Amino acid sequence: MIRLASIWLLTLVLLVFPCLAQTKPPASSDSVGPRSLEEQTRTAVVRDYLQAWQSLGKALSENRPDVLGEFFVGAAKDELADTIRQQQGLGMHTSYGDQTHDLQIIFYSPDGMSIQLLDKVEYQLEIRDHGQVVESQQVRSRYLAVMTPTEAKWKVRIFQAEPE
Amino acid sequence: MKRGITFWPGLLAWLAITQFALAQSPEFRLPERVKAGSSFSAPTAGSGPAILYIAGPGGAFRRHVRLGETISFAAGEITRAGHYLAVLVVGSFAETKPFDVVAAQPAALSFLAKPSRVPVNQNDGISGVAYVFDVFHNIVLEPQQVSFVLSATSASPQSRTVSTGNGVAWIRMNSAAKAGPAQFEASLGNIRERRVVQQVAGEPCTVRLSAHESGPKIRLETEPVHDCSGNAVPDGTIVTFTETYGDNQATVDVPLKRGIAQTEMPARRGALISAAIGVVMGNEIRWNGGQ
Repeated sequence: MIRLASIWLLTLVLLVFPCLAQTKPPASSDSVGPRSLEEQTRTAVVRDYLQAWQSLGKALSENRPDVLGEFFVGAAKDELADTIRQQQGLGMHTSYGDQTHDLQIIFYSPDGMSIQLLDKVEYQLEIRDHGQVVESQQVRSRYLAVMTPTEAKWKVRIFQAEPE
Repeated sequence: MKRGITFWPGLLAWLAITQFALAQSPEFRLPERVKAGSSFSAPTAGSGPAILYIAGPGGAFRRHVRLGETISFAAGEITRAGHYLAVLVVGSFAETKPFDVVAAQPAALSFLAKPSRVPVNQNDGISGVAYVFDVFHNIVLEPQQVSFVLSATSASPQSRTVSTGNGVAWIRMNSAAKAGPAQFEASLGNIRERRVVQQVAGEPCTVRLSAHESGPKIRLETEPVHDCSGNAVPDGTIVTFTETYGDNQATVDVPLKRGIAQTEMPARRGALISAAIGVVMGNEIRWNGGQ
């Protein structure tokens, strides 16, 4: 598997997007399955995935499903929009402040139409009920994301945490 | 002694505060992992009202509960796989527990077969990718055995079973020697998804050209064009006829119709006439007035 977050890439991403969270340097590098991954594609996927987290944080924090469309598509977008609707109904807000990502691309489909990532992520989750902070806690989790190309960028189609 | 007098009230105050906090701090138990859509329960300790919050990207829930009772979640209540925080709140005290919801049993395959049209005799020319989902559209991450079968009427079926990794299984298969539709199926238990891949003739193997006098013109006609496996090259494929005479050259592009291409060109004694399809050149004819 390719450990994505190489040092130079980290530098690039943080230079271009200083607001984004840290990514961890790579430990190893090998195949991503049936299709080789061009450096340009890899950079674009990482950039868009990290921006998807920013978009998720904003959408859930402000209960704005309209923010999701830029980086999420299909089931991932629908499910997050459902969560926002639930939060709206309850008067709740949640903040996902992502702090570190350790990314691996684990699969690139033969037709180039999907890329799968694993992300060991740490984030600060804050739960608010009618403006009152109920809990704020550091969370460490492992996310699996499937991304598909659209006109201008890669969008997250499947977004699911799995037990570590 | 003086020190003891000042020490004891402080200790007693600390103990009182601790006891108060322990008495107020809500306690509950929760499974670390539950299956999506399944029922589960969270026993609580203590007494009095409390509020339970559950939050994650997969959903947000709030429920008013009574401590000392068991909080029950009905089947179908939490269906999205993911990582959640459960927070039980009494006044300004909170107890937090993380838990994971994992996918239920496989219920659906998302099967992508590419390409929809493929030339015959292509090694690894057809690819299949299958994602496994449960009934709630969570991706199933437990390894599953997915069977891929590619069958065409003219060839014996190719079959392979692949274990999923992180919810996905993929395969590459060869296209058959004969043109025609192939059924490409992915299955997992009783779950089946089928796609049709059209296997079409490959590049022409050769082009055979004949020429006949037709008044002041030459009538040119190819033999039926086939690929190297004997499959007819599809109608519409362009055949380029070229007539070279002296320093001049004339070309005519004609699509295959019913397997052959026909055209007429001016009859010029000594002209060299050829036909080509893509990079495949046919025979050349030197026109000597029909001889």
